[in-house]
Amino acid sequence: MPIIPQEDQDYIRNLYEEKLVGKVTLRMYSQRETGLLVPGQECATCRDTRQLLEEVVALSDKLELEVHDFYSEREAAAAEGVTEIPAIVLEGENKGTVRFIGAPAGYEFATLIEDLVDVSRGTTELQLHSRETLASLTEPVHIKVFVTPT
Amino acid sequence: MMAIESDLVTADVVEVGEFPHIAQRYQVYAVPKVVFNESVSFDGNRPEAAFIGAIEAVTQKDEGDSTS
Repeated sequence: MPIIPQEDQDYIRNLYEEKLVGKVTLRMYSQRETGLLVPGQECATCRDTRQLLEEVVALSDKLELEVHDFYSEREAAAAEGVTEIPAIVLEGENKGTVRFIGAPAGYEFATLIEDLVDVSRGTTELQLHSRETLASLTEPVHIKVFVTPT
Repeated sequence: MMAIESDLVTADVVEVGEFPHIAQRYQVYAVPKVVFNESVSFDGNRPEAAFIGAIEAVTQKDEGDSTS
């Protein structure tokens, strides 16, 4: 039973056929799905997030999913600034870092779908002034957007 | 989108429903809430210019090494 309804899959497949340019890797940090739960390490949404991402990457041959085990690859996760799971790091033509922490459910699913286009193209529809400001930054800026699924 | 345009920008979308400790740490009482460099924040959907303004504010603030 797919998470993404067939109608949405068709829409996204067409969108990606038209808009994706470069390849994008979705690097997911998760936990092993062994059925054994270590107290304090339960990831309630990892399994569904993984299935969702598998369905997304199946919609375009330009998308690839890598699943990493957060607990056995702590150093790699830390190097990417990942401290919670599930986490998804998008890697394509983007200059900076784009991450989703927690399941991209509800409205955030739409954000993920749109971000994949921007990351694939390495360009955005931001205004010229905004792009100039961003291009002239000389120090790091970390933006956190807090959301809840709606 | 901001992070796509600059290698100095990191953008995290954080689903706080799953991580109440994060919601607590950042005092998230309404969503969306946006925090820039742990120092400047705003609630709700804002136009692009507000994001750029916040980015300018945090980068200038860091340069001046002042706190607020």
